[in-house]
Amino acid sequence: MLEAEKDQLKNEILHLAGAYNNHRSGLLPVLLHIQQKYRYISRYAMQEIADIFRIHPVEVYGVVSFYSFLSTEKKGKFIIYLCQTISCDMAGKRAVARQLENELNIKFGETTPDGLFTLKYTNCLGACDKGPALLVNEDLYTKVTPEGVFDIIQSYRAKFGAHVTMEI
Amino acid sequence: MSDKHSKATTEERAPLSQRKFRIKELEDTEAIGAMVKITIDGNEIRVPYGTTILEAAKKLNIHIPTLCYHEDLCVAGICRICVVEIEGQRLLQAACTYPVTPPHIKVKTYSPRVRKARRHILDLMLRHHYGECYSCVRNKNCELQTLADEYGVDFYRFGHLDKPEKPMDRSSYSVVRDMTKCILCRRCVRTCIDLQEVGVLEAINRGPHTNVVTFMDMPLSDVICINCGQCINRCPVGALHANDPSDDIWASIDDPKKHVIIQTAPSPRAAIGECFGLPPGTSVTKQLNTAIRRCGFSKVFDTNFAADLTIMEEATELLLRLKKALVDGDKNVKLPQFTSCSPGWVKYLEHFYPEFTGHLSSCKSPQQMFGALIKTWYAEKVGINPEDIVSVALMPCSAKKFECNRPEMRSSGLKDVDYGLTSRELAQMIKEAGIDLPNLPPSDFDDPVGEASGAGLIFGVSGGVMEAALRSAVEIVTGIKTEDIFKDLEITPVRGFEGIKYYEIPVTRTVPVPDILKNALKDVETFDFLKGTILKVAVAHGTANAHKVMENIKTGGKFSECHFIEFMACPGGCLGGGGQPIPTSPEIRAARAKAIYDEDKSLSLRKSHENPHITDIYKEFLKEGPCGHLSHKLLHTHYVKRGNKIV
Amino acid sequence: MIQKKGPVVLIDIDVDEVFKKALSMSRVDILDEIKKSGLKGRGGAGFPTETKWNLAGTASDDKKYVVCNADEGEPGTFKDRVLLSDYTDDLLAGMTIAGYVIGSTQGIIYLRCEYIYLYKHINNKIEERRKKNLLGKNILGKDGFNFDIYIQPGAGAYVCGEETALIESLEGHRGEPRNRPPYPTVVGYLGKPTIINNVETFITAMRIIDKGAEWFTKYGTDKSTGTKLFSISGDCRAPGIYELPMGITVKELLATVGGEDAKAVQVGGASGSCITRNEFNLTLAYEDISTGGSIIIFGEKRNMLDIAINFMEFFVEESCGQCTPCRYGTETLLEGLYMLKNKKCSIKYLKELLQLGETMQTASKCGLGQSAPNAFISILKNFKHEILCS
Repeated sequence: MLEAEKDQLKNEILHLAGAYNNHRSGLLPVLLHIQQKYRYISRYAMQEIADIFRIHPVEVYGVVSFYSFLSTEKKGKFIIYLCQTISCDMAGKRAVARQLENELNIKFGETTPDGLFTLKYTNCLGACDKGPALLVNEDLYTKVTPEGVFDIIQSYRAKFGAHVTMEI
Repeated sequence: MSDKHSKATTEERAPLSQRKFRIKELEDTEAIGAMVKITIDGNEIRVPYGTTILEAAKKLNIHIPTLCYHEDLCVAGICRICVVEIEGQRLLQAACTYPVTPPHIKVKTYSPRVRKARRHILDLMLRHHYGECYSCVRNKNCELQTLADEYGVDFYRFGHLDKPEKPMDRSSYSVVRDMTKCILCRRCVRTCIDLQEVGVLEAINRGPHTNVVTFMDMPLSDVICINCGQCINRCPVGALHANDPSDDIWASIDDPKKHVIIQTAPSPRAAIGECFGLPPGTSVTKQLNTAIRRCGFSKVFDTNFAADLTIMEEATELLLRLKKALVDGDKNVKLPQFTSCSPGWVKYLEHFYPEFTGHLSSCKSPQQMFGALIKTWYAEKVGINPEDIVSVALMPCSAKKFECNRPEMRSSGLKDVDYGLTSRELAQMIKEAGIDLPNLPPSDFDDPVGEASGAGLIFGVSGGVMEAALRSAVEIVTGIKTEDIFKDLEITPVRGFEGIKYYEIPVTRTVPVPDILKNALKDVETFDFLKGTILKVAVAHGTANAHKVMENIKTGGKFSECHFIEFMACPGGCLGGGGQPIPTSPEIRAARAKAIYDEDKSLSLRKSHENPHITDIYKEFLKEGPCGHLSHKLLHTHYVKRGNKIV
Repeated sequence: MIQKKGPVVLIDIDVDEVFKKALSMSRVDILDEIKKSGLKGRGGAGFPTETKWNLAGTASDDKKYVVCNADEGEPGTFKDRVLLSDYTDDLLAGMTIAGYVIGSTQGIIYLRCEYIYLYKHINNKIEERRKKNLLGKNILGKDGFNFDIYIQPGAGAYVCGEETALIESLEGHRGEPRNRPPYPTVVGYLGKPTIINNVETFITAMRIIDKGAEWFTKYGTDKSTGTKLFSISGDCRAPGIYELPMGITVKELLATVGGEDAKAVQVGGASGSCITRNEFNLTLAYEDISTGGSIIIFGEKRNMLDIAINFMEFFVEESCGQCTPCRYGTETLLEGLYMLKNKKCSIKYLKELLQLGETMQTASKCGLGQSAPNAFISILKNFKHEILCS
């Protein structure tokens, strides 16, 4: 990481934490913000965050590792969360999962080499009456069919091609 | 001390679930301090409102098994081995956390449900606890093993690992992490984060993937571990233990070319008996000498001699700093001066307050001073090639293992101390040699440094270095006998286990500089420059307290006006060190402290500057007196500004 | 999707009017009304709402918190998602009233990360209410009544639906449940008295204030008053959200949703239990089968072992890992299910596992661990024959 990037990240964390008076209750919102913007929480970021909240870096690491939407490894620009819980499972999750893997040529838990997509299972998305459900960043898709998987992925490829940056 | 700022952060740091219960007293005046009734196994007792079931049971002498509970730490309630049945409740409750409040509860500490639950919990722990007891460092001193015995575990109900799940971390000179033995009681986490505030260990992930790791799961040697080993002392199993050099030491003993000497520090002598079934607080100094010789060591020396030397050097250094500040008007003099004999504290400062390394006394610790002298002065004196000397240090400390491996610690041209050996490890060696320590005849330390003062002895207790320094400094500066000021030579204001102690001594009269210090303080004839000064000193033990003092100094608080501060990394001082026998508790540490103070009281020589061997060594070897040229080369060191960032 | 609106929760009320009415009432009167209504927590645990509010209300702290538990993570539940998007004003007003009752000035919505797309919508609604002085200082001219709400997103952990874990998470810690007692009503967020209620509870409370306890108690049973939202999914003709009176039988519910052919029904999500045809006469009420509203219907052809595996995998992933029974118990049970799947499990070991399940139910630290073996135990008890024969 370049020094300038480090400074930028540090200032960003300072600014975000400031909204919580550097109180630890602001830790999760800050982590979520960094995760969404940088797609991961780097070693450097964790230490800076720890400094600002006056806690230990290892505590930040403990928190990051606890929550499934936070990660220390860089994720794709679009994270596809496929619901694996019972209702979606009964509604045909497995076929959708297979098709996702086939379309992206990666396994669940992996990121495409171009850094565009990450495939992840998630627990209940709260769309059990309309399963299978999946979430791509902040977009919820329900009653997804294996055929539909292709269109969903294409739409994000197109977005990326048009340089539409993700708004969080 | 009430440093609001630091307190708040400590409070915020510990998760509420892991803090002592804060049951609020009821508004109603009758309830404040109210006593409530509880019946445990048919025995009724009245206890203060909010007492836990476990505490109440202790009062009744009823044993409830525990694992994640530790007297030094805040309550977690996570291992669940202490579950008990409360009449009328479907759920079992953890005795260590459940507060007794009205209405009157009736508790059963054993019942079919409780027994079944405890057995299941043990079976689940054993499922992930790799290894066999006979190849474990904690064999016969393992809380899990004891429980398995108590509950008659005769097979692994839910299976058992047949190969280790996690690799062993042997990167650190001091602490070995064998996490595949870990049962996730998180005592080490609470020790590291809450008790010591170092923050190396924390639980990560969740569910069965939970694991206790360092930042980004890096090797222990690469993170900010200060090697204090307090986690080792509180680990119920063999997941954390010290890096044991005894095999190498045996090999040296067996090698006829090697001259293996050992120096023994005061704290192990007051504690090692515990490994042989003696009650805490039994001092075995002289039996230990015999045992060590029978193990095959060539010589056994008293570290206290070096402690006396440390006092001379460190007190002189302080007087020099004071002179520079008061006489020369030097604005760059770093005051307060911090003690530097606790290697855990030194590394803590290097990591967390690197800008303060200038405040650390440049004196080496007694271990390293002795090490440097052994391979120079002693080698010359007895005519042995220093390369053939293997220098071992019996220490209460795991950080000493790191210290002797610091690259700065090679003043003799060789590694000044070859091995740091903990009390536990020596106890094991003695057992291996088939020696019955408690029943050995006593024997004395070897010459040429046979005798040491009680001042060196009390280095082992929090406040001891300060007391030793004051015993000499007061007399040297004022000419008044210390025992005329402090009855029985007990400087009680710096004694005791209060986290931070503070004391002021006004300097009312002064005398000329004695001969031994003339070289160091050559510009002044007398200590008149100190007349009227109120000497302010403080003592802190445990790095959490050190943290408070340092934050206070940073913000210009009262501790920034101190002249001299003693810091010890471990709670209680060296006697509570990470190399001491397991278990540890406030009572055990108090018993060890008493043993040390009692031994000091029994000695006739109790002030470092009165030790004739010290006067001799300055005359015949170090020549220029304390802080002279050779002293600087052999007895002083420098520090590394490490910082707390991990790249 | 809402399939059936009932007479209580999913009705349109004039939120602002009800809100005004509430603020014109005394705190005691509101508590009294809630008490008379017999309203119990809609998250599933069924703790009397009035008791909770009263406990926090009588605490004398300077700062208190009202937290809305919008961490709807129970498999098979999706009613809160709909309520959060369609009944936002009702919720915000309900929280404000709760704040008024207990003497709190700060409300927090703990929104699960999976619903992050609702953040903007809820935030806009909060902003609107601020503009109308329905949030903020001296609300509606009521001197000294200040209350505001912010949203704090979760980061993906089912256990944070447990109220003390939720507080830990709000405070920036790992979402690990605390020891109880003390309860959050005494020592909650930042050590202050805190009430934590489900989205539906706040909204239902609004209805009770509007139409009175007497009207509310017309619905439901003596011990389980009012109506409740049920999230129906699985093998039925019309899955979705149904508002039904408490105390209806499983059979009646199945008839309503077109799931008459069900072989089994999972009531209460992964943490609930699985009941079979001969238990379909049981009622959905706190006194019979308590539920947060998740109903998953299994048709004749479903493989019950696979279902048990799915639930157990869920718990292995979502256990916080703090206490021994849950951390390793879930994993051991799952391993046992795999053994069954591979036809490698002895009846002797199966019995051990069922015993272990019972230990987990009583010895785990929090509700998650205590309910994690429910599905395992009920499915194995009810479908042992099917599982061993397949």
